Amino acid sequence: MMKRFGIAMLALAIAAGTGALTAQTLNSPLRGVSPLNEEGPAAPMTPMRNTAEKEPRNYPEQPPVIPHSIDGYQIDLNGNKCLTCHARARTAESQAPMVSITHFMDRDGQFLASVSPRRFFCTECHVPQNVVGPPVSNDFVDIDTLLSRASPGGKR
Amino acid sequence: MTTTADGPKEEAKRGFIARSWDFLLELWGVLRRPSSVFALGTLVLAGFVAGVIFWGGFNTALELTNTEKFCTGCHEMKDNVYAELRSTIHFSNRSGVRATCPDCHVPHNWTDKIARKMQASKEVWGKIFGTIDTREKFLDHRLELAAHEWARFKANDSLECRNCHSADSMDITKQSPRASVAHQRFLFTGEKTCIDCHKGIAHKLPDMRSVPGWQ
Repeated sequence: MMKRFGIAMLALAIAAGTGALTAQTLNSPLRGVSPLNEEGPAAPMTPMRNTAEKEPRNYPEQPPVIPHSIDGYQIDLNGNKCLTCHARARTAESQAPMVSITHFMDRDGQFLASVSPRRFFCTECHVPQNVVGPPVSNDFVDIDTLLSRASPGGKR
Repeated sequence: MTTTADGPKEEAKRGFIARSWDFLLELWGVLRRPSSVFALGTLVLAGFVAGVIFWGGFNTALELTNTEKFCTGCHEMKDNVYAELRSTIHFSNRSGVRATCPDCHVPHNWTDKIARKMQASKEVWGKIFGTIDTREKFLDHRLELAAHEWARFKANDSLECRNCHSADSMDITKQSPRASVAHQRFLFTGEKTCIDCHKGIAHKLPDMRSVPGWQ
């Protein structure tokens, strides 16, 4: 009698467990409300930020983000569309910021005449921005803010 | 007129050119005499109808070779340049207006169009002898082919772009700040033409190392 009751309880527990599993959803800003074992609908694409204004860097080593649209820009073995404006010789006409001098350096620290092959593919580090709120909030503060917090009113 | 007195033996001895010349003279003699069989009205009407058929047929054939279906009939175009066009804004965009091959590669103006069509007969030669019949051959010729198009656009002040994109109708306030500044500085002043900046917008670029402004 007890054994039969035990089996019944076990079956009930399993059923409840699986039910809870399948019903479980994770309401995450990145995933949306779709269940964990399903792939939800793709988020709608948002327009690209397309201005000519620089954005501040959050820390000095940050690769500057691209403030304009780069749709259809070809960067491959044949050519680099970015460099038609950002190359040293092109900046007078384009008034675009020149590629940083660090990009002329090979891995041994030797300066080359033009952009080093290892720095040729701009979008490895520099990315355009979409006009959208961050899906996950964060409390990042830059170093200036952090230092001024450490010693209020004190010198940095 | 050939004299019959010499007989068939003499006739056969005469050269091909001499016989052709005689035929032409005879034909001219017939053509310059007024007709004694057909009424003037019949001749005028027949000429008119024949003219309509000839001209209509010519234009129909011309327009037939001016379609994307004709252009992409060859695998050289279909697998290389047409395949690349499909991912660009000139093929797929928000308003659904699209450019077909002849919109950019054949002038719309009739005289220029005929001139371009005559030029394009060299492409038939290329097709017959398989100048770019593999992907590798196409890539080898890519810079040369692109350079021809750039030269043509440069020479006619990007006429084919301007068939649709008019500088007068451009609302620079609707453009991104970057585009608006560039168009005011270079396009409106006539310092540059469209193709100077907008290379590789409908097809992939060739090796650009030798092209001014690129590296």
